[in-house]
Amino acid sequence: MNKSRLVMVGNGMAGVRTIEELLKIAPDHYDITIFGAEPHPNYNRILLSPVLAGEMTVQDIILNDLSWYEKNGIRLHAGKTVSRIDRARRRVEADDGTVAEYDRLLLATGSTPFRLPIPGNDLPGVIGYRDIKDTDEMIDAARRHRHAVVIGGGLLGLEAANGLKLRGMEVTVVHLGPWLLERQLDEVAGRLLQQSLEERGLRFLLQKHTERLVAGESGRVAAVRFKDGSEIPADLVVMAAGIRPNTALAEGAGLHCDRGIVVNDTLQTFDPRIYAVGECVSHRGTAYGLVAPLFEQAKVCANHLAQFGIGRYTGSVTSTKLKVTGIDLFSAGDFMGGGDSEEIVLHDAAGGVYKKLVIKDNKLVGGVLYGDTADGPWYFQLLKDGKDIHDIRDHLLFGQMSGGDAGHQGQNKAAQMADSAEVCGCNGVTKGTIVRAIKEKGLFTLDEVKKHTKAASSCGSCAGLVEQILASTIGGAYTPAKSEKKPVCACTDHSHQEVRDTIRQQHLTSIPAVIRFMEWRTADGCEKCRPALNYYLISTWPHEAKDDPQSRFVNERAHANIQKDGTYSVVPRLWGGLATPAELRAIADAAEKYQVPTVKITGGQRIDLLGVRKEDLPSMWADLNQAGLVSGHAYGKSIRTVKTCVGSEHCRFGTQKAMDMGVQLERMLFDMWSPHKVKLAVSGCPRNCAEAGIKDVGVIGVDSGYELYVAGNGGIKTEVAQFLAKVRDDEEVKEYSGAFLQLYREEGFYLERTVHYVQRVGLDHVKARVVEDAANRKALYGRLLDALKDAADPWAERVQGELKREFETIEL
Amino acid sequence: MSEWKKVCRLDEIPPQGARVVRHPGGDIAVFRTAGDEVFALHDKCPHKGGPLSQGIVHGRQVACPLHGWNIELESGEAVAPDSGACGRFVVRVEGGEVYLRV
Repeated sequence: MNKSRLVMVGNGMAGVRTIEELLKIAPDHYDITIFGAEPHPNYNRILLSPVLAGEMTVQDIILNDLSWYEKNGIRLHAGKTVSRIDRARRRVEADDGTVAEYDRLLLATGSTPFRLPIPGNDLPGVIGYRDIKDTDEMIDAARRHRHAVVIGGGLLGLEAANGLKLRGMEVTVVHLGPWLLERQLDEVAGRLLQQSLEERGLRFLLQKHTERLVAGESGRVAAVRFKDGSEIPADLVVMAAGIRPNTALAEGAGLHCDRGIVVNDTLQTFDPRIYAVGECVSHRGTAYGLVAPLFEQAKVCANHLAQFGIGRYTGSVTSTKLKVTGIDLFSAGDFMGGGDSEEIVLHDAAGGVYKKLVIKDNKLVGGVLYGDTADGPWYFQLLKDGKDIHDIRDHLLFGQMSGGDAGHQGQNKAAQMADSAEVCGCNGVTKGTIVRAIKEKGLFTLDEVKKHTKAASSCGSCAGLVEQILASTIGGAYTPAKSEKKPVCACTDHSHQEVRDTIRQQHLTSIPAVIRFMEWRTADGCEKCRPALNYYLISTWPHEAKDDPQSRFVNERAHANIQKDGTYSVVPRLWGGLATPAELRAIADAAEKYQVPTVKITGGQRIDLLGVRKEDLPSMWADLNQAGLVSGHAYGKSIRTVKTCVGSEHCRFGTQKAMDMGVQLERMLFDMWSPHKVKLAVSGCPRNCAEAGIKDVGVIGVDSGYELYVAGNGGIKTEVAQFLAKVRDDEEVKEYSGAFLQLYREEGFYLERTVHYVQRVGLDHVKARVVEDAANRKALYGRLLDALKDAADPWAERVQGELKREFETIEL
Repeated sequence: MSEWKKVCRLDEIPPQGARVVRHPGGDIAVFRTAGDEVFALHDKCPHKGGPLSQGIVHGRQVACPLHGWNIELESGEAVAPDSGACGRFVVRVEGGEVYLRV
């Protein structure tokens, strides 16, 4: 069968990203031809500024080299400009006579710098700033000439001016607006920016109308004259007064254009065979000039080209970073405020820090940061998610870390970190390594950085920092995905929420059924999605969905914790941290019999036997079972421990029987699987010796009953548990905690701790369902007890039957 | 001199799972995919020596349980952007029995 033919006009970032997305989902669908007017393969146009500034070379910024085109069977016509589209015969013609026929045509013709319609705008030495050729010309001019004038104080203009200054030219920026970057900054931030650029030696002429460019004796531009009669010398004039979508080709073919090629939400033009993406496009009246929205378009367009027909592009909120080394600036959304919005402002003129957040209806709608932009990505995420910020309003301006943070030595300013500074403590990745990978490999997302550098791929606590580095390296190209829309893994575009909902609504009870129904791209998932699916299935349909051990991480399959040398650790359950002398003796005997090299008391009041060989596990468990000991689940996304203090059983301060309450809770929750690990603690009085304030569920005895706290965390980032309810007796402790944990089990995303779950849904959401609605609480509690009714010791199950084979090695 | 040795019956390896074969040159992991294909590799991740036999098998890959590298079962090569390779062995299935050439 002949493949359909796809022709793309334009070989830039948006277009090639569309092709990449297309190859990912439908690699064999099309025979692809690409025309590019420039003689280069696809390169990272965003990084032209560092090339101009001498921080990178052209070779560094190539995104797809020629071998990529070859490997994917793409015919590349580089250096050929398409001059005509013949829609009737479905073919395009290039200026050198090359003709290509298409079944689908993709226009990605980009934009060109706007040239002011003034006399002298075509003199030698007058250029736009758009591509490698312009950049080379500027570098060349800097070698031979002295005076540069940049017309336009926007992002591109300032980056050009900075680069030329670094190359030794005297640079003046002429700007029509009242302050710099008036489309990204308010006046205060604009002035701060101007001040620091002036300190670097740039000169500014604001609110200045250029009248004409004057030629010198050689015919080359020599001066810029203004309407007020003044004149300044200029050997190089860079026009950076905005861009215009390249629509001539489309217009010539009779396609509807209106300040861009007009497309619908599927990126289709008025001719259904012709799609368009990128800067040449006008979508819902907006033409985007930043790369992040263009990548969103690329993804949707690829999906429709692949004939999957999923997804619509509905426009983007954009954020901005200026890529001038050493200047920190961030803006997003509606940063001007006014009208019925409110503003929170911090302005430290001497310190060079300015922050303004614009709030409307308890939501962040925009902001400007200058001098300290570390929290830019966080604010942008809040803005995109439309999150209610009412609860954090009083410390919102102080950033994400103001809630208290235990990691990274308080280091949270990405731009100021030295290249040798360690970002990811787990994998020993420095800032320099990350920046290099972003630039050399052309990375745009947190996931890509994780894959290539391993930073943020273990505990994830540095993910925010990595996002900041990403943002400060690639500027406006960085865009976080909307949190709840993040796909489960590369096998699918569906989010955790969509998967959970579908499993419930469609009554899916097996992993193959989910993968088929939700159209996974892989035949049997991957190591990321299968454990999540397995959990969603068994928590949604207990007793009905069958647990799949092969979709569990080895720890949950072997019921022991794998160590770096491939041995395992064994932790018997000591209910509430209590043990009898006989149990201690059995543990000691097992340790000796199986030559356990290390015996350690854990943080959860248990005993850890480390360094056990896998084939010894079943017989060791059998021995421990004999003494009445069972699995402590010290390895699972499951109930771990209930830590207790001595309580009123012995303690002279105790008000409640903490040990007894702890044992009751632990017995109730035995064998409970959850989105992530779950730890509890019970203290007998407010002195709180069991440290209940940093547990998923913390119970604190008071004279009149118990106080319940939820969503605490003692791990990577210490989070204090929040007060849920005051209850009277043991039964209520079990009912409320059980209901809370069941809610988390039903609504939490896989690998989401209670703290992150509660942050996502809000404590009010939890209280409404667990505290205020008694009937719902009882229903939740009932479902938890039902799910756990046949709980059995996994060790005892593994010691006999089919599953035992897992532990046997084969001798040849 | 290498020779074919009988390992076990195919149904003694769990689908999407593996079994460990003891060998003087180091443990060998014998994998069975969801589609009943069988592959054998050195049970040692090229990254930090993790036991690949204990990883999650998906498609024709296994994810190492220690740090999540993915290894191609057929070639023993790490999936990009990671790089490295572990030794592979020839296996065949005949009459429901798995044979390994060592």
